Amino acid sequence: MSTLLTNVCKQYDQGKTVLKNVTAEIETGEFFVIVGPSGCGKSTLLRMIAGLTQISDGEISIDGQVVNNLPPKDRNLTMVFQSYALFPFLSVWDNVAFGLKARKHDQSEVEERVNNALKMVNLEDLKDRKPRELSGGQRQRVALARAVASDAKICLMDEPLSNLDAQLRIKMRQEIYALQRKLGITLIYVTHDQVEAMTMADHIMVLHDSKVQQIGTPAEIYKTPANEFVAGFFGVPPINILYATKISDKAIRVNNDFQVDLDQTVTEKELKVGIRPNELIVEKADELSANATVQNVEFLGDEKIVYATFSNGNEVSAIVPSDAHFDMFENIKITSTNNVLLFNQDGINVTANREDLINA
Amino acid sequence: MLKTSATDVIPEKKVEAKQKSKFKLTANDKYYASIFAGPSLFLLGLFVFYPMFRTLYISLFLTNTFGNTTLFVGLENYVKLISSPDFVSSMWVTLVYVVGVTFFTIAMGLLLANLASQKLPGIAIFRTLYSVTMGVSVSVAAIFWLFIFNPSAGFFTLLTKMLNLPTINWLANPTNAMWAIIITTVWMHLGFVFLVFLGAIESVPTTLYEAADVEGVSKHYQFFHITLPMISPTLFFISTITIIGSFKSFGLIDLITKGGPTNATNMLVYRIYNDAFFGGNYAKSSAEAIILTVIIAFFTYLQFKFLEKKVNY
Repeated sequence: MSTLLTNVCKQYDQGKTVLKNVTAEIETGEFFVIVGPSGCGKSTLLRMIAGLTQISDGEISIDGQVVNNLPPKDRNLTMVFQSYALFPFLSVWDNVAFGLKARKHDQSEVEERVNNALKMVNLEDLKDRKPRELSGGQRQRVALARAVASDAKICLMDEPLSNLDAQLRIKMRQEIYALQRKLGITLIYVTHDQVEAMTMADHIMVLHDSKVQQIGTPAEIYKTPANEFVAGFFGVPPINILYATKISDKAIRVNNDFQVDLDQTVTEKELKVGIRPNELIVEKADELSANATVQNVEFLGDEKIVYATFSNGNEVSAIVPSDAHFDMFENIKITSTNNVLLFNQDGINVTANREDLINA
Repeated sequence: MLKTSATDVIPEKKVEAKQKSKFKLTANDKYYASIFAGPSLFLLGLFVFYPMFRTLYISLFLTNTFGNTTLFVGLENYVKLISSPDFVSSMWVTLVYVVGVTFFTIAMGLLLANLASQKLPGIAIFRTLYSVTMGVSVSVAAIFWLFIFNPSAGFFTLLTKMLNLPTINWLANPTNAMWAIIITTVWMHLGFVFLVFLGAIESVPTTLYEAADVEGVSKHYQFFHITLPMISPTLFFISTITIIGSFKSFGLIDLITKGGPTNATNMLVYRIYNDAFFGGNYAKSSAEAIILTVIIAFFTYLQFKFLEKKVNY
């Protein structure tokens, strides 16, 4: 049994389309991440699954039951909001117990479930505090405890970590992941942060321009992106997209400059090539053989990022070992390994499918 | 700047002393303080503090008809008042009125604000209509309600005639007159109270309700367990100013019932006014004014003592 989205659409009255034909299957017990840039409709999609926003067209079914017209409470799910939605006038304990009390559960059952939930998120000691007396991470955990206590089989999270600082975000990321595994619930998680998506998801749905760009495991998304957008969205620094021309069946010339020999046959005459920063080869060069100039170098500890411009003005970023030394405005020669992605003029991935890459 | 080491030490000590008394004003500070605070202190002193202390002073004397003090009597004016059944009945009437007005104003204001905060088409019209009494003056309201309460041609009379019910004489019967005054005052206050409650309800984050919706909490439960606690600071503020405001009601009473019938709506403020400006008994009315002040201060103190802590989350 799973959550099925079939051709889900959302238009607003003014005719603005937010989502177009979203189709996906979310399996029971999986960590499913919906990711995309701001304004792509990912929160709207989550709210439609929750039942807080009506869908315009299509069908959402949970465990085989169509829920299009069911109110949120009958969908047996729980939701964690970006703002945590804690009641400022209630203690931590009462915040977690709020829904259970309102639904008139037994006093003993409420106590047991709330105490268990608080234990699970390590908040037992703070149960009498008010939300304003808690740190951001602790508030986040109260919201998680509320989701745990509700006992729902599906948990929806709308950018739950975006109000936290970077350090805490990494910690909470791990806690949420561990909690999901421990409880075995289906977790549908919305974020704009590709790192969160990559690190936690079983499957990722990439949304952009009101449409699903790709659904797949993190490895599939990273190694065989469906199109130029997905390739550019994942990876730091982002993939370099350059123009290329075919020079023979198995070779292309990139940026009208260096040649890359491929393991596949090229059919298109003009294409775009995507090269990850770590697949670029940067060498020092004299003025005659150089094809680019260093613009900036960032030291990251075990590696450096070199930002450079080709002589025709195109910008690229490359990852080099941290002991390599490059100065600003130094002349360099950039080439590439043959591990590149090929896109046609419309940005669709035309690289030969390489299963070994995904499973590597 | 050539100084011996001995003289160097002395100014340092002075600096230390200066730092200890934190709020020491310089001459310059005092100059600006008097320029900024002076005019309003003068006006407040002239029109608020002087009359206040003068009232307290007069209440301890007997006065002639010009309001001049003649004989010091101490607390005798107060003793007379408290043992006068007339005055005690006035206190009860005032209390009934204040409780009635406060209860109905808050209940109606909350109800209307909650209705008007719903996202429905055309709701803006209702928001405007409900708040319109804010712009109506007391005299206009009084005339308007006198027409409604009129026993021969009033709206209520027409209504009861149409439905073949016995006609109620609103202003001639003591109980009905109290109701009439309460209804009118509530109507007057409602516009403002409605607007303030509406603002408070609208500022409750919608995610709180959404979180409750997802958890299956009924709308009724949401109102009492989310909306009310969230707007409790506003509730406290409104109840305080409504209580104080209704203790001080004068215009509507003067224009609609004139304290009648048989003193049924003779509130403290109206009694003070009558005793001073018609009875010419300034000492008595000063004592009444002081008692009213003490009562209002007492209620406000109680509210702050028992409620304020609970509403600040």
